[in-house]
Amino acid sequence: MLKMSHVSKIYRTDLIETYALREVSLEVAAGEFVAVMGPSGSGKTTFLNVTGLLETFDGGRYELDGSDVTALSDRARSRVRNEKIGFIFQSFNLIPDLNVYDNVDVPLRYRRMPAGQRHQHITAALELVGLASRMKHLPAQLSGGQQQRVAIARAVAGEPALLLADEPTGNLDSVTVGQVMGLLEQINRMGTTIIMVTHDAQLAQRAGRNVNIIDGQLSGMASHALRPERSGGAHTAAG
Amino acid sequence: MFGYYLRLALKSCARDPGVTALIVFAVGLGIGVCVMTLTVYHAMSSNPIWWKGERLYAVTMDSWPPERPANSDQPSLPPTQLTHADATYLFHSSIPTRRVIMYPVAGVVMSSHESKPLKVASRVTSSDFFSAFDVPFLYGSGWGAQADTGAEPVIVLSHDINGTLFGGVNSVGRTIRWNDHEFRVIGVLAQWQPQPKFYDLTTGSFNEPEGAYVPWGWSRARQLRSSGTTRCWKVETIDTFEQLVGSECAWVQMWLELGSATARDRMQAYIDTYWAEQRKGGRFQRPRNNRLSDVAQWLEDNQVVHSDDRLLVGLAFCFLGVCLLNTIGLLLAKFLNAAAVAGVRRALGASRGQIFNQHLVQAGLLAVAGSFLGLALSLLLLLAVRALYDDPETGGGGFQALTHFHAIGIVWAIALALLSLLIAGVYPAWRIGRVPPARYLKSQ
Repeated sequence: MLKMSHVSKIYRTDLIETYALREVSLEVAAGEFVAVMGPSGSGKTTFLNVTGLLETFDGGRYELDGSDVTALSDRARSRVRNEKIGFIFQSFNLIPDLNVYDNVDVPLRYRRMPAGQRHQHITAALELVGLASRMKHLPAQLSGGQQQRVAIARAVAGEPALLLADEPTGNLDSVTVGQVMGLLEQINRMGTTIIMVTHDAQLAQRAGRNVNIIDGQLSGMASHALRPERSGGAHTAAG
Repeated sequence: MFGYYLRLALKSCARDPGVTALIVFAVGLGIGVCVMTLTVYHAMSSNPIWWKGERLYAVTMDSWPPERPANSDQPSLPPTQLTHADATYLFHSSIPTRRVIMYPVAGVVMSSHESKPLKVASRVTSSDFFSAFDVPFLYGSGWGAQADTGAEPVIVLSHDINGTLFGGVNSVGRTIRWNDHEFRVIGVLAQWQPQPKFYDLTTGSFNEPEGAYVPWGWSRARQLRSSGTTRCWKVETIDTFEQLVGSECAWVQMWLELGSATARDRMQAYIDTYWAEQRKGGRFQRPRNNRLSDVAQWLEDNQVVHSDDRLLVGLAFCFLGVCLLNTIGLLLAKFLNAAAVAGVRRALGASRGQIFNQHLVQAGLLAVAGSFLGLALSLLLLLAVRALYDDPETGGGGFQALTHFHAIGIVWAIALALLSLLIAGVYPAWRIGRVPPARYLKSQ
């Protein structure tokens, strides 16, 4: 699914070069659930941004879903992000002006999907997260857990092959954490590859594999006995 | 995607109503001032009878003495009017299709013996005045050529004077008193207000046309003196009308309609021949400067549009520029305030181009709203200028006509809105498109 070879990311000022990622090499198989751990400032988010093609990198090679995405144009990177990658953020990042339905609609709009098809995808995604009855609500009218579930619906509405989650439960209470993690596991079981950045070792244990980043370098990998089941099904099947 | 972008733009405007109002006001104020200035400038600089551009000519001859030009500011130009003798001689040429010889006169009219006398700016002119200048008639018509020589007591009234004297009804056949003499109304003009008043710039380039027109024959029959400009250079005794007629004073205006370029050349040769003969007799001692000026040239030579007016248009555009600079700042602030949302959209698959387009549509929407406000403001400003110079005696110095809103103002407003969009919208939209998406995703 994902193959990084010696990928580096350097932030430069006039005087200093800082390696955010140094010679990172990683392979993630399709359908894996990988947790990326590490202390603050270790490069976890940079790793996720590079993986999600939100940032360019300075050296190395990156293949995603069998295609070399190392040197794509902005438009091509945007298309890959839109069609193959879903994002879930710690602070939800819902668009406050748009209601739940329209928030989930955003990535589908950029895919230029016909209206009827978009409606099917949005409805299925909202049913998956259990918020089909809140379509007309604005984000501000929802709880934190509900907002994150909308964000998950938005991330999976376009049926991406890869889901990137940056501390997806960081802003949630313990009850809601369980719901969100349950959803992620359900989505993973349906075949979507998930890479999740987290501080929480307990949550990382629920992933199939853990990867540690320290000072921009991958320092160790641990595989858990519990491997995700490969269902190969679409996300539109409500769970 | 345009419909989607438009919906997002409306939502964005609703989110920041204060900033949105400021942007629309800044664009609207700039466009309003520009449209108002351009409207006035257009009225001043346009050729009100452009369709006769190749046929209608003002006749001028330099009869001034060798030691000083008629116009010290523009020494190459002859005086704007002719002597009576020169005008009447040229009037009898058979070359022109139409000949207009005329000057403005003061008039007092009464619709009956009992009615109150009314001062009416009038014109004594030849019969071709109406056809040469395409003057529209509401009722009746002008007079025939015989009235120019026989002093026939017929009169043509303007639309407004007919309204004042007869309440706007068809007054053809009615009798009025004009300067203590009875005249029969044979024609009433429709609304006619050429701007500039090209055919006589001596009484104000933008004043309203006269209220009454009487045949040329009345000039000598009633010994009518010009109420406009009479310019003399020669020391002469001028106590009587006949002395004025025979003098070197320039006070008669002449326009000719010449059907072709050949006719124009023939007329020019005719004038030059007359000039040469007169020169042998001691007149016309300055270098030959006999002109047939078409309307556009005539307006330019007489500086109907002053350089100050052009400067004013320039200043209006500078003001629009200042407004647009403010708009750029406000749009930048508005767009960058929502940079996090743009970052989210980028993460979800929007390209830079799509973000640019989305924000350009938003800027376009604001520019369109600004242009509507600008149109409304320009109308208000024109009304304010008109009210400021409103003077029934002088017709507002021409401001009444100059401040009429033209349909072309709408075209200007649209053009200025597009210009505003290009100047003020493109850069902020481009900037927001260049924002690195990752920067805001963590911090939103």
